Amino acid sequence: MNFLAFGVAGWICLVGFYGAIVSKNLIHLALCLTVIQSSTYVLLLSIGYRKHGTAPIFKGVKLGTTAVDPVVQSLTLTDIVISVTVIALILALALDAHKKSGTIDPDQLADFHG
Amino acid sequence: MTRRGIRAAVAVPTLGVLGVVLFWGLSGLPPFGNYHGIYGFLINHRALPQRHTTNAVTATVFDYRGFDTMGEEFILFAAVTGVVLLLRKGSEESDEAESEDQEPPEDDVRSDALRLFGMLALAAGALVALWLIAYGLVTPGGGFQGGVALASAFGLLYLTVGYRPWTRRTKEAALDPLEGVGASGYVVIGLAALISGLPFLTNLLGPGKPGTLWSGGSLSFINWAVAMEVAAANLILYKEFLEEYIVPLARRGG
Repeated sequence: MNFLAFGVAGWICLVGFYGAIVSKNLIHLALCLTVIQSSTYVLLLSIGYRKHGTAPIFKGVKLGTTAVDPVVQSLTLTDIVISVTVIALILALALDAHKKSGTIDPDQLADFHG
Repeated sequence: MTRRGIRAAVAVPTLGVLGVVLFWGLSGLPPFGNYHGIYGFLINHRALPQRHTTNAVTATVFDYRGFDTMGEEFILFAAVTGVVLLLRKGSEESDEAESEDQEPPEDDVRSDALRLFGMLALAAGALVALWLIAYGLVTPGGGFQGGVALASAFGLLYLTVGYRPWTRRTKEAALDPLEGVGASGYVVIGLAALISGLPFLTNLLGPGKPGTLWSGGSLSFINWAVAMEVAAANLILYKEFLEEYIVPLARRGG
């Protein structure tokens, strides 16, 4: 049970990589990248967890109460928002590739010379 | 064997090795729930006395690693700029007939109940988003989360009322400057400290009163700048992708 959270993070990462490698579709490929990225969120948040810890917000909570690590939370929250825009950029590139070559299959795109 | 087949055949052993290394590394971490990172511990104990902010996460984002967040904010800005460059250029290239007089499709929602519900949900969503932003330094929330929530609330305008009211109310001429002001606001707040002879991003406005809207000093301004940037950036993205989807649909007479 102690290892479960870390194991889940590792598993999500590997599954994402496999999906990205065998992908037949650029949109699917972009989603696989978000899956890989999500594994880092699970890992960060589970590293920062402390037993019986509350959220690191001390409104109405005595200072010094055991709380989970705020640093990993702040890394995760900014990254979630930014990853959305980066994925949007990747999807826009996929759209552009489709307009120019008529396909979103990475294998067929490799044969396309624009 | 197809290329995909070859890739899969290479991927399985490679990922197997990666998996072994990964799990070996993960097994060396402190056991789940027993992490005692010194930075998190220090921030949890010092953020309130030092910065007068009850939300240690927001204090970390905008203060203790504020410089880092500024860089991240510009990743966001650059990504949105890239999307706009790719998609807006595309719509100019591909058509001749499309100009100012091009009519967006008529997809106005006719159900009054749905429109009413949509507007109420939009108002409620926007209110929650503003609350998340305003109290970001006090209770859970902050510019990043609130900005996304605000943009999503406006997305309801398209979903429950129609495309035309959505385009009329989300104009590029308004969103682009908002995004720019939000992004540069962060830098300006940092430079203001520099000009007054203090290190970049020093909290000029004092820590304020803990647990109130006026806590965190400059941090609350950074918070609002980020919220503006994130909300405008997300709305620009929705707008560009919706246009990409709707305009060809309209041309086909759909």
